[in-house]
Amino acid sequence: MGNRFESVQAVRDGLKDVNYLADDGIASVAFLADRLGKPVLVEGPAGTGKTQLAKSIAELTGARLIRLQCYEGLDESKALYEWNYKKQLLRIQADKNSDSWSDVQDDIFSEEFLLTRPLLEAIRADDPVVLLIDEVDRVEMETEALLLEILSEYQVSIPELGTITAKQIPLVFLTSNNTRELSEALKRRCLYLHVDYPDLEREKLIVLTKVEGITEHLADQVARIVRNIRQLDLKKSPSVSETLDWARTLMLLGIEHIDAEQAKETLHILLKYQTDIAKAVKELSSDK
Amino acid sequence: MLDLMAGFVAELRSAGLPVSLTENLDAMEAIRQIPIEDRDAFKYALGATLVKNSAHWKAFETVFEVYFSLRGPEYSIKDEDSPDEFWREMQDQMRQGEGKGGGGAMDSLTQEEMMNLLMRALMNGDQAMMRAMARQAVQRFAGMEPGRPVGGTYYLYRTLRNLDLENMLDKLQDAQRETATEPLTDLEERLNKDEMESRIEKFKQEIEAEIRRKLVADRGADAMAKTLRKPLPEDVEFMHASRDEMANLKKALYPLTRKIAARLTRKRRKGRKGPLDFRNTVRHSLAYGGVPAEPKFRSPRPSKPELMVVADISGSVAAFARFTLMLVYALQGQFSKVRSFVFIDGLDEVTEYFKSTEDIAEAIQRVNTEADVVWVDGHSDYGHAFEVFWEKYGRDVNAKTTVLLLGDARNNYHAAQSWVVKEIKKSAKSVYWLNPEPRSYWNTGDSIVGEYGNHTDGVYECRNLRQLEAFVEKLV
Repeated sequence: MGNRFESVQAVRDGLKDVNYLADDGIASVAFLADRLGKPVLVEGPAGTGKTQLAKSIAELTGARLIRLQCYEGLDESKALYEWNYKKQLLRIQADKNSDSWSDVQDDIFSEEFLLTRPLLEAIRADDPVVLLIDEVDRVEMETEALLLEILSEYQVSIPELGTITAKQIPLVFLTSNNTRELSEALKRRCLYLHVDYPDLEREKLIVLTKVEGITEHLADQVARIVRNIRQLDLKKSPSVSETLDWARTLMLLGIEHIDAEQAKETLHILLKYQTDIAKAVKELSSDK
Repeated sequence: MLDLMAGFVAELRSAGLPVSLTENLDAMEAIRQIPIEDRDAFKYALGATLVKNSAHWKAFETVFEVYFSLRGPEYSIKDEDSPDEFWREMQDQMRQGEGKGGGGAMDSLTQEEMMNLLMRALMNGDQAMMRAMARQAVQRFAGMEPGRPVGGTYYLYRTLRNLDLENMLDKLQDAQRETATEPLTDLEERLNKDEMESRIEKFKQEIEAEIRRKLVADRGADAMAKTLRKPLPEDVEFMHASRDEMANLKKALYPLTRKIAARLTRKRRKGRKGPLDFRNTVRHSLAYGGVPAEPKFRSPRPSKPELMVVADISGSVAAFARFTLMLVYALQGQFSKVRSFVFIDGLDEVTEYFKSTEDIAEAIQRVNTEADVVWVDGHSDYGHAFEVFWEKYGRDVNAKTTVLLLGDARNNYHAAQSWVVKEIKKSAKSVYWLNPEPRSYWNTGDSIVGEYGNHTDGVYECRNLRQLEAFVEKLV
């Protein structure tokens, strides 16, 4: 079990230093993940900083980030390992006559011919690593099983080579947009963290830290308007990254004080559906 | 600690949260790592290990609060903040603010002074002050007596009535207008109002939490846990959902439809193999010298059903009808064609409303306001509605159509006209009836679901999202 962090507060402060504002929940879970040596399943709407969390933790601990992007059709050879069969072929052809069969067999199934993929790479790494398994809800139910061994035992079994066990326990983050229910087996092995849209204060702070030179007044206004828009019944609520884009746009336009007109004109940065924009415009212009 | 945790897990399970043994062990391990005085971290540690579904978080929080609020000091979990500090602080503020020596404890304040204090707390968004005020308000107005068998909502109502928070909102806005140096724009005013509303909402939650704490202290955690146990979103009954629960249900609906859709497409693609493809088998048999060694199958092409939804939208079952319509339309892609009809005692087709807009909520809104569904008196008349349906749209029902009838079949003792359902059944692929009432109420009073049900392919009880989800999946 690792001891990368002193306390929950230390995680929080550390993350703040690398420009990630964590709330209590995020900091506690990150702390526990390290202490218990368990992977973290991060769930929540798109664009709330799930992936960024893993990146920031990597930066904070000075570890290398290894990322596995999941998609439908992901399989063993792309996630775990693959034999470099071209090289194997060359090896066999190179000395056809000299070696006996058993020599060749032992030889071509050695580490030299193994192509490591992200999961195996994370396990074999000597330096500290953070493993990010992104959008795990995109793989099929059956492929999920592939992850189970590595998540609970931190090892990979290769029939020809035997079992490779991790030299050090990496921090593992899995993210999910919750498009489908993940299997019980996977959930059971992970700590669970739900990251939602930040509250007003936190969002304002995020805008302040991430957007250079923004005034407190503008950041406050941005956060408030975004909260107002999120309360509407939208197809896709504005994410934190979109909030930041919007704040940057306003900065570029040299706006220091938003009025309803300006807000309406730049809404397409926050919202990506025409119906949503129409709704938000209506909301912003109506006075109750 | 062991007993404490075992009790907590048992409590979670009885609230309906699935907690496995390994998760329990993880939780034990987790809390060993956390300094126990840190109540928030303690809560998140338990949450991260025991709750694996964000929809269950609320239920977890309630259980946590009730379970640990009393046992706190005993197990040295610090109770949040001691109130005394705030009393003193507030008195100081009082003195400064109003220039008179407020003596004694907060209990001696007049109502007016107290309202002023509250207003200032809300103005400044002062969390600690708001919490203290909530305590005081409950103590003063709720009139709680030990052992009185009244629910928490009663006390909440009493407290809020005395506080008159509606008025407070106006006052706050006025005050803000005064303090602003230049006149506010409309937008700013709106934003300010939002902010104040959210603060008042927070204050209400504080009051609620305070009442809960007091009740726990009075009756004991075990008794309270039972009464406070709230159903998980998927178990909330459509017919009895409160406004908050409704909002939660709506939120739960969208991810649910995405999930169902994803699952169904997958199922369709990966379903069992189709019938033997004779031509292909013979073609491949050439490779084996004419022996059909490798049978080939057609890939399955399950047809997408055509759907007709006929829904009762009279008061008692309106919520259920709305939900089912929303779900069905969110899943449109899974059906080749969807048509919908709503009725009370008259019947109207509402397919157009859904076609003309992308926004399901807006369409539902139009259904509620524009559809012409009243024929005589606006009391459900299934018989007449079905007759009209058969007359106008009966010929559109064909062998590909699946007809869904939604309602509680409480016909107000009108003529049943169940022959219509029988006719529909004859020409449609299948007819299902969804009833939002508990099974035990069926066929009591003026409910004649049995009479209609005889002519359908099945009558299903659909009281909550879980049951609705199960049905929709079966349907496709």
